[in-house]
Amino acid sequence: MFESLSSKFAGAFGALRSRGKISEKDIDAAVIDIRSALLDADVALEVVEEFTQKVGDKSLALLATLQAGSNQAQAIFDVVNQELTEILGGGARRIRFAKNPPTVIMLAGLQGAGKTTLAAKLAKFYKDQGETPILIASDLQRPNAVNQLQVVGQSVGVPVFAPEPGNGVGNPVRVAQDGIKFAQSKLHSMVIVDTAGRLGVDQELMQEAIAIRDAVSPQEIFFVVDAMIGQDAVRTAKAFQDGVGFDGVVLTKLDGDARGGAALSIASLTGKPIMFASTGEKISDFDIFYPERMASRILGMGDVATLAEQAKKAFDGDSAKKLEDKFAAGEDFTLDDFLEQLEAMSKMGSMGKLLGMLPGAGAMKKQIDNFDESEITRTKAIVQSMTPLERRDLKVLNGSRRARIALGSGRKVSEVNALADKFTAAQKMMKQMRNGGGMPQGMALPPGMPGLPPAPKKAAPIQKKKSKSGNPAKRALENG
Amino acid sequence: MGLFNRLIAKVRGTSAASALDWKEIEVELLASDLGPHLVAELLEAAKKMRGEDAEAAIKEILRSKLSQRERALIAGGEQKVILVVGVNGTGKTTSVAKLAASLKSSGNSVILGAADTFRAAAVAQLQTWGERINVEVVSGKEGAEPAAVAFDSAKRASEEKCDYLIVDTAGRLHNKNDLMAELGKVKRVVEKVLPITEVLLVIDGTTGQNGLAQAKIFSEAVDVTGIIVTKLDGSARGGVALAIESALDIPIKFIGTGEGQGDFAAFEPDSYIDGLLA
Repeated sequence: MFESLSSKFAGAFGALRSRGKISEKDIDAAVIDIRSALLDADVALEVVEEFTQKVGDKSLALLATLQAGSNQAQAIFDVVNQELTEILGGGARRIRFAKNPPTVIMLAGLQGAGKTTLAAKLAKFYKDQGETPILIASDLQRPNAVNQLQVVGQSVGVPVFAPEPGNGVGNPVRVAQDGIKFAQSKLHSMVIVDTAGRLGVDQELMQEAIAIRDAVSPQEIFFVVDAMIGQDAVRTAKAFQDGVGFDGVVLTKLDGDARGGAALSIASLTGKPIMFASTGEKISDFDIFYPERMASRILGMGDVATLAEQAKKAFDGDSAKKLEDKFAAGEDFTLDDFLEQLEAMSKMGSMGKLLGMLPGAGAMKKQIDNFDESEITRTKAIVQSMTPLERRDLKVLNGSRRARIALGSGRKVSEVNALADKFTAAQKMMKQMRNGGGMPQGMALPPGMPGLPPAPKKAAPIQKKKSKSGNPAKRALENG
Repeated sequence: MGLFNRLIAKVRGTSAASALDWKEIEVELLASDLGPHLVAELLEAAKKMRGEDAEAAIKEILRSKLSQRERALIAGGEQKVILVVGVNGTGKTTSVAKLAASLKSSGNSVILGAADTFRAAAVAQLQTWGERINVEVVSGKEGAEPAAVAFDSAKRASEEKCDYLIVDTAGRLHNKNDLMAELGKVKRVVEKVLPITEVLLVIDGTTGQNGLAQAKIFSEAVDVTGIIVTKLDGSARGGVALAIESALDIPIKFIGTGEGQGDFAAFEPDSYIDGLLA
């Protein structure tokens, strides 16, 4: 997402940075570049004009106060970053909870924006936070929308209130009303109402949405919008704002290569914050929208904050603590630990998505897109084909063991060798770090990542078991 | 007065009252999702124009951007197979049903293949449509291998000797390489039974310049032969369609204009261009 926009921004700033002293002309040129980048990204022209005007004015004002020799390009970059964050809605907002539960959230949007899938993602998100959500199937228009909601509801373990079969049968307003009553009687703390997709210009359907709104008086109405929407975003958002009205925006399909102009336009023109963003087909591909993080992503500064958060979510407390203790006790990082980490990593989502959050990811877009996700599966297969002893101590790997592992995992011996070599090198590096050598150069952890525990004063001696048998097979038996 | 007339008035310099600034025209043109490059080109040409033929001249510029290729379905042999592809939520399943209804009403026998085994209830959605328009739907279980379902439907179509098989596929974002590869597989597997005569890409009429990237990448993966632009009943004008035709020379074959099965029509270049500037 936003790649193309960020690479164009990078171009504009690259030109600025290459100047020793920035003149007004240079700023004008950069502003023109920014303008065309935004237009290409489907940002509404009104928003583009306002943004470029502001950035231009502020940069010029700043230029006058900056001394030559100070980092002028960086200062201007900061201006753009700040403006971008502001347009995207400043700080993130949390939803308003009802004083008397249930909290009612209503979803509205165009057809195909992704409301039904989003309803389930939202339900899962709040279920994980201790709420007891229920979904209401008020989309009685689209064939099998009710059915779809039931399936996705079941997959996240959230009940679905669906008294009507849909496909044009039933009264969506009554379903919504009854659903609220049902939720109250069952003491659900949250209700999410899925409504039929509608076009901004369709008065009849807009009236229906208004009727549902009036019947359920939601705490929040979310306007669900496809990140790939073009200039029509402006008209659509306004039609919804004037029609049913909304309190927040949810962006879907942000995992495409959409340049997300819609996000900028809608947030800027309606003044409503973007609350959530959906970034994939999996239920877990969903998060709170952070304007400042998105701004850094557009500017190619990466999104390390999100990465760190996902890591925290995936590496559950126990295994992280275990690893930390192990490390502190001076024990070796073994292939078993490595396997655990690989599994946690696959929980975090695709490697491509993770790498995409790193600073400068825009420049490696092609490599990231082509990252072979099955590489992780293959590595896991190799490790899983090893005996517990082998996983603890790679030194026991002789030719016959290597051949057996290769056969067991369906990989080549050379791949087993490569993994063993890489892992031994990594182990060595970790030992160095523990012994106070610090991180080797070029391996610094990005800011915001949990740091490693301090090295213990006295590293426990690594136990080296002396083998009694010269026969590797026998030795393995002895050691289990 | 529509944008077009105002633009003409501006070019002619006849009516001071209705003439608007070039800036305003730029805003309006950009609002149609034509994209900054086409808009810049168009404005430059318009600024050079003088006199009475301005109207025809501007329409001519737009028309010259459209593909010259045939817009009817490719004739093919006795049995024709249409693969329908696109990103999520563009209206593929609905378009498949509408296309089937239209082919059926002109006397063809049609079978549908429900190869969208990923999205919850997508198969059921197509089955509901199949019942409505009285067309057989070949389906597998949810989560089944899409290529297997596509293969089964091709077999069925071949046995039944029906005129058209239309295969609905799961929505996929074009930047997901593995999913695009899966689409290639569906195509190859179907072609073991029957040759695919047509690959139609469904594009949401409200999509912006991203539509261009979609068309380009889907074409690379499965050789798109035509486009269906959907949701043109809203306020969107679908300018990206023109941008696609201009950049990639893939013809738009059909447009979807509503939720009903009749809200589907062959693409008419002239009325499209009129609508673009309305």
